[in-house]
Amino acid sequence: MNTHNDSILQAPITRRAMLRTGLCGSVGVLLADGIHAALPAGTAVKPAKAKSVIQIWMWGGPPHLDTFDPKPEAGYDYCGPFDSPIATNVDGIRINELLPILAQQADKYSIIRSMTHGINGHETAAYMTQTGRKAGGKLVYPSVGAVVSLFKGYDAGFEGLIPPYIVLTRPQGRFSEAGFLGSRYKPFATGGDPARPIFVVEGIALPGVSKERQKARRGLLGDLDALRRERKGDPQLDALSRCEEKAYELILGDAGKVFDLSDEDEVLRDEYGRNTFGQSCLVARRLVEEGMPYVTINYGGWDTHKENFEAMRRKLPQLDAGMGTLLRDLSDRGLLDSTIVWWGGEFGRGPKVDWGSPWNGGRNHYGAVFSSVLAGGGFKGGQVVGASDAKGEQVADRPVYPCDLIGSIYAQLGIDPDGTLPHPQGKTVHITPRADDGYKMAGRLTEIM
Amino acid sequence: MKRLLLVAAAILSITRVDADTTGSDALDATVLRRLKKLDIQPAERCSDAVFVRRVYLDVIGTLPAPEEARKFLLDKNPNKRRALIDRLLEREEYADFWSLKWCDLLRVKAEFPINLWPNAVQAYHRWVRTSIKENLPYDRFVRELLTESGSNFRVPQVNFYRGMQSRKPEDIARTVALTFMGARADKWPEERLQGMTAFFTHLGYKGTQEWKEQVVFFDSVRAAEIAATGTLGRAVCPDGTRVKLSPEQDPRRDFADWLIRPDNPWFAQNIVNRVWSWLFGRGIIHEPDDIRPDNPPRHPEVLKLLQKELVASGYDIKQLFRLILNSATYQRSSIPPTDNPDSEPYFAHYPIRRLEAEVLIDALNEITGTTEQYSSYIPEPFTFIPEDRRTITLADGSITSPFLEMFGRPPRDTGLESERNNTPSDAQRLHLLNSSHIHHKIVDSKKLQKLISSPGKSQRRIATELYLTILSRFPTEKEIATVETYSQGKETKGTKALIDLTWALVNSSEFLYRH
Repeated sequence: MNTHNDSILQAPITRRAMLRTGLCGSVGVLLADGIHAALPAGTAVKPAKAKSVIQIWMWGGPPHLDTFDPKPEAGYDYCGPFDSPIATNVDGIRINELLPILAQQADKYSIIRSMTHGINGHETAAYMTQTGRKAGGKLVYPSVGAVVSLFKGYDAGFEGLIPPYIVLTRPQGRFSEAGFLGSRYKPFATGGDPARPIFVVEGIALPGVSKERQKARRGLLGDLDALRRERKGDPQLDALSRCEEKAYELILGDAGKVFDLSDEDEVLRDEYGRNTFGQSCLVARRLVEEGMPYVTINYGGWDTHKENFEAMRRKLPQLDAGMGTLLRDLSDRGLLDSTIVWWGGEFGRGPKVDWGSPWNGGRNHYGAVFSSVLAGGGFKGGQVVGASDAKGEQVADRPVYPCDLIGSIYAQLGIDPDGTLPHPQGKTVHITPRADDGYKMAGRLTEIM
Repeated sequence: MKRLLLVAAAILSITRVDADTTGSDALDATVLRRLKKLDIQPAERCSDAVFVRRVYLDVIGTLPAPEEARKFLLDKNPNKRRALIDRLLEREEYADFWSLKWCDLLRVKAEFPINLWPNAVQAYHRWVRTSIKENLPYDRFVRELLTESGSNFRVPQVNFYRGMQSRKPEDIARTVALTFMGARADKWPEERLQGMTAFFTHLGYKGTQEWKEQVVFFDSVRAAEIAATGTLGRAVCPDGTRVKLSPEQDPRRDFADWLIRPDNPWFAQNIVNRVWSWLFGRGIIHEPDDIRPDNPPRHPEVLKLLQKELVASGYDIKQLFRLILNSATYQRSSIPPTDNPDSEPYFAHYPIRRLEAEVLIDALNEITGTTEQYSSYIPEPFTFIPEDRRTITLADGSITSPFLEMFGRPPRDTGLESERNNTPSDAQRLHLLNSSHIHHKIVDSKKLQKLISSPGKSQRRIATELYLTILSRFPTEKEIATVETYSQGKETKGTKALIDLTWALVNSSEFLYRH
């Protein structure tokens, strides 16, 4: 049984980690709006293997056959030009030939080749993979990031000025939502582009306005804000002023330095890839180094209905360099043991290639079977979980449903997947769905835990 | 005969205008009596500058243009407030803004979890907007929503029964109770909800050849089946009135007949309390959609008076607006004379509250002459909204932006008033103070550049223009002096000072809040 004590025990560790890395702000928290559902008594954070998650969100749905589940034997109509997958540093595991760096890191991650939910719409499939829940019920459920933010964020003693759930760089919109947990658990999307000379994080850095001018402006605002003077003591305006103080700590203080890549080694930056995805991977490493519980890299462009193979030739080398270097770098710094790296999109792509016009070698949405990758944070590397059939069309062995995978991530983080979430109307809502809610499930990923 | 009726109607409408003052006066007298009894001192009448800004924002969700504000402030007509209210009620933006509000309550959203789909959203929004623009009597508005049958494209009202997360009869009953009775059926005795559910067990939904077209109809086969089980007769209205249903007749009509009776305490009370809460930021019963015996009204007599006036006017919503807007109660200052905590819930002063997300971004766009891009790629067909369209005209709750999400636009999942979140957050503050989004709106604005760098114009004149544009008032001498001192700063000379003045004014609480 979970006890309240566990969560109290958990808090100082996070706080110490924050102090060690210097991200701890002098006052409270950023981006909390005061409305929140506090952790219910009896919900607990157990001792954890993992402290952080880096989610590489492959928005659009990456083709499983062209990444981690190659099928050269299925023939040209299935594998297209990618007929020579490469061996990895783990015997018996092959991946796409355009992923050589990731091939050398295969001992660090496990490939799940039997993910399934059968949903072929972006939106509903994304909801399923991000929440573990079917779309269309009475409740709108929180995404994994929001749940982690609930259990590892402000309510668990997180004191960073930068919020505990970050999305690099563009918001995922509704798919990263906090659902019924409320806006306190929504992510902070950085905006900007870490591949540019200066990574302008939305709100924190504003090129063209010097610190002196920032200070002068703040003074001007204070002088001219007549209503705030006349309604001194009004709770709403006081709340506004408190938000403003925290905002200025970020604008004028040092907390934003975590986003400044200029002190990183140039060679390492090259290895990550001088593109938005590669440099986002580097920023993600810096954030977990500073104790951030949840970072999503929102990596779009995988909805390759048309000319899939041309797109893969462009995109796979980026993916390879960014994710491959991230795994190595995390491992070199001793961070991989405490950081889960989760790769995957909302579904896979149709195994049979559509060669006709206007698709010209395209792949459709495909939810019957697809791949995900898990590394670090207590998950074993060098394993393959489950299998798709010879043509990558159906699950052949050991299905894994999104709630199985999500529950496994929670377990590694010390969040009891069978615990409950605070519901605004006091309903009992379990953190992951249960079989008697009408969900198919095949059990947590104990084989790699 | 027809002509005679028209004449009668004309006379009626004239007397109504007269009655209008009486209504507002009676309202004020009732409020004051209660305030006196409770020993709460009411706030002063608000200034013209406060009024012009307040009434524009409250009635049409739009800032006054600087020339409109100036004209109103300089107008010597003692009845200028009343005249302005009448003008605003006829503006196109009135229909836009209140359609937005109604579409929040009716959950007008193409996608998950409502799934009305784009075509139906457009048809439904258009019907709502036309009804508001033409001031369709409220009882007819509700009756049509509750009783129509047909295609969701051709009879847009039927989308009421599609615009909810669950179409189980019990959940339909809950939604009807919430929307038109301001009641949360979860807090009702079980039998009451069951009795009401019986009115909604015969609804059928069927697809057609056309993509996402759906026909909502009275399913007589199902009704006969239910009749055969002998449970058909168990329809009971929430007040305990038993209704005998026949399998040949759509029972939704029976329910609507009961609901829209002048003496039904739930029906008129809900709408007058809601309209009040929309204009004051809180209901006489608060939350406005949580009406129950243990949540009593602060001014029960005012509620009764408004109900009576609404029924007498033939459910004329604009008339209800007029009655409230012309009252001294509405026109009080937002500065309470004492710090009595009961001042706000008893409406002794006008409660301040942050501008809604949509109103705020429209105001920023108007001030800077910029636009926002709205589009939706899911579901197909892709939707692109022309850039010059204002945010308050958006029909579809699925079409959104990071700004709207950050500033608490309601997701339109439940229809609860509390879905809209106007609480300030750190993220919002950071965004307005220092984001590239807001920064570029200001520094790249051709409209502001034209104003700020017009040769020959004194700093005082430019500052005055900025004050009228952003705060709808003239600056004080002290404020002009502050700007002049500021423009002597090392980092803030010349046009930089005026850019920063713009920045400071849009970041001031006077701009961000209704007051």
